[in-house]
Amino acid sequence: MTKEILLGDEAAALGAVHAGLSSGYSYPGTPASEIMEYLIRISGGGTKFTADWSVNEKTAFEEALGASYAGQRALVSMKHVGLNVAADPFMSAALTGANGGLLAIVADDPGMHSSQNEQDSRFYAQFAQIPCFEPANHQEAYDMAREAYDLSERWGVPVMLRMVTRLSHSRGGVVTREGRPKNPIRLGDRTCWTLLPINARSRFQRLLDLQPEFGRYADASPFNSLDLNPGDRRLGIIASGIGVNYVRENIEGSAAAPSVLKIGTYPIPEGLVRRLVAHVETVLVIEEGAPLIERSLKGLFGIPGKTLTGKLSGHLPLAGELSPESVRKALALPALERMSCPEFELAGRPPQLCVGCPHADTFRALNEALKGRSGATVFSDIGCYTLGWFPPFNAIDTCVCMGASIGMAKGASEAGVHPAVAVIGDSTFGHSGITALLSAASFKARMVVVILDNCTVAMTGGQPSFATGDRLLRIIEGVGVPRDRIRVITPLPKFHEENVRILAEEIDAPGLSVIVAVRECLEEARKKAKR
Amino acid sequence: MITSRKQDIILAGVGGQGILSIAFVIDNAALREGFNVKQAEVHGMAQRGGAVQSHLRLSRDAIHSDLIPKGAADLVLSVEPLEALRYLDYLRPGGRVVSSSTPFINIPDYPKLEAVLGRIREIPGSLVLDSEALAKEAGTSKAQNTVILGAAASFLAVAEESLLEYIKVLFAPRGDKVLGANLRAFELGRKAAG
Repeated sequence: MTKEILLGDEAAALGAVHAGLSSGYSYPGTPASEIMEYLIRISGGGTKFTADWSVNEKTAFEEALGASYAGQRALVSMKHVGLNVAADPFMSAALTGANGGLLAIVADDPGMHSSQNEQDSRFYAQFAQIPCFEPANHQEAYDMAREAYDLSERWGVPVMLRMVTRLSHSRGGVVTREGRPKNPIRLGDRTCWTLLPINARSRFQRLLDLQPEFGRYADASPFNSLDLNPGDRRLGIIASGIGVNYVRENIEGSAAAPSVLKIGTYPIPEGLVRRLVAHVETVLVIEEGAPLIERSLKGLFGIPGKTLTGKLSGHLPLAGELSPESVRKALALPALERMSCPEFELAGRPPQLCVGCPHADTFRALNEALKGRSGATVFSDIGCYTLGWFPPFNAIDTCVCMGASIGMAKGASEAGVHPAVAVIGDSTFGHSGITALLSAASFKARMVVVILDNCTVAMTGGQPSFATGDRLLRIIEGVGVPRDRIRVITPLPKFHEENVRILAEEIDAPGLSVIVAVRECLEEARKKAKR
Repeated sequence: MITSRKQDIILAGVGGQGILSIAFVIDNAALREGFNVKQAEVHGMAQRGGAVQSHLRLSRDAIHSDLIPKGAADLVLSVEPLEALRYLDYLRPGGRVVSSSTPFINIPDYPKLEAVLGRIREIPGSLVLDSEALAKEAGTSKAQNTVILGAAASFLAVAEESLLEYIKVLFAPRGDKVLGANLRAFELGRKAAG
């Protein structure tokens, strides 16, 4: 037993390793990137276990599923929207089941610190009808990962561990346990793993039949605890995940002494909820993310004879993340006394492209090439270059999801938008742009795709890109873009005029063009120079 | 060093200024001295030249929230003056600010520097120092974060020798020159604090 200080992401990853992990896969995305970064760092160069980045989350999930089929303990990690990409294998893996333990660690980003939405992944676990863990702290993240593998192998189902930004990116102490060995290879049963309707029906029935067992586990799990105050029946709190920390932070040292049900596993522990509700007059539900527990309790008719409060009642905000202050207010405790601060107009400081960033040169050239062309629209994508939305560039008009730029540009072009330009990074193109470009090439859509090849996944810290350099050019040609319509430019101030000319030529040309702007990310070049 | 069962510190600056390095040093020093530690930090998009902050909590008792409640912070340490002001509402009455006077101007509407510094100086016990000049004197302008750490050392609940130990752990792998500059930067910050 040793105590280490770890990021929440690292604690969950180490828990998986000590549970006997064989294989881990992921695609970078805040706040989940550090799970795989850490696994790679401690994998002994892949000698202790496999830990690799994948091309996207769907691929990563399927790679982990393959390892699970082989009887090995497998992990797949991603940010919340990554699970949308992996939703297809995720939903059906609930039916194939897990042979070796299969853990999906999904990190949500309530408050959208670095994301395009704040969806709550617990709904996915509920949707797929698989167990889900939600840690309150680093120790639980570590312990739950191990418990999740035990359950996954006991019941033969994938299990989710749901993280949130504040835990993923917080450091704290973790007492670790002895690791256990990996599983030997033991292949899955082909009847379970071939989801033909005849097999899928029986697999689905099996999943349904397991639900009561999941429920019994939840009521008895050490990660769920009910603390009833026999002397005070006024208020009962149901707090899940890190929500319970804000409750404890605020009631410690105050006169408030509510009964508290802490929830760390799903399905919702119904027996414990019933006991709490029976004990109190008012129930306050505190959960990070969407009001999943609260809505379950409320149903259509509420709880007769009880008052139910939380996000739906307006006692806590529906959007954004919880805070010590918002929970304090929901507990009806007076705000802490603060240093009195006379008002001072604070200028905001949004993130921005680094000085000398290649994307900045591409945007300057693109802006000039599009100058005076009314109706021109630049469909952008997910990456550092999304910061091109801000002044002084104001260079992009959309950002929706990984790979959306190319499909949207095609759709808009066919609806009559001209010029329709898609801007997408090399790794995002590899993740979700290739299929859209195949479609655009097949229809000879009148549009220009600008691929910003900076040779890395820059925004999340410089993970490897798989669709960069020469391979990227061969992919573009391979999906059917004519060779003479693939142009390569170097985004540097000294080539500005030439780059503007090339962009303008392709904008004016009929059909589809792809312009690849190649220059390495400065941050990554700097890191390489240091090594 | 001060003696306290717990200490809540906001570390502030702009992405790339080495906030997480200071956090690493204080975290590990505190852990060595038997404190529980929690430290919430900012990764991802905001790190690209945006405002970044870290909530660092040390306690002899259990720490619940990863975030410091507004009104609970004992200290705001900032490598940039405008960023120091951003977190004043986290300070408890009697809380203290240690800030650099060197602005990091990467926005068009940066307020008048004198107004910013004047606002910080209104806080009783605040300390504003020219971290850029001191870091250059130490050998590298990149060591401004270590200057601020040195300046704050006497207000922290961990011993100076523990801080120095983890400055060595952090910077030794980057070579003797970098380590030497950071040790000097710490010392210059400490002296400037008086």
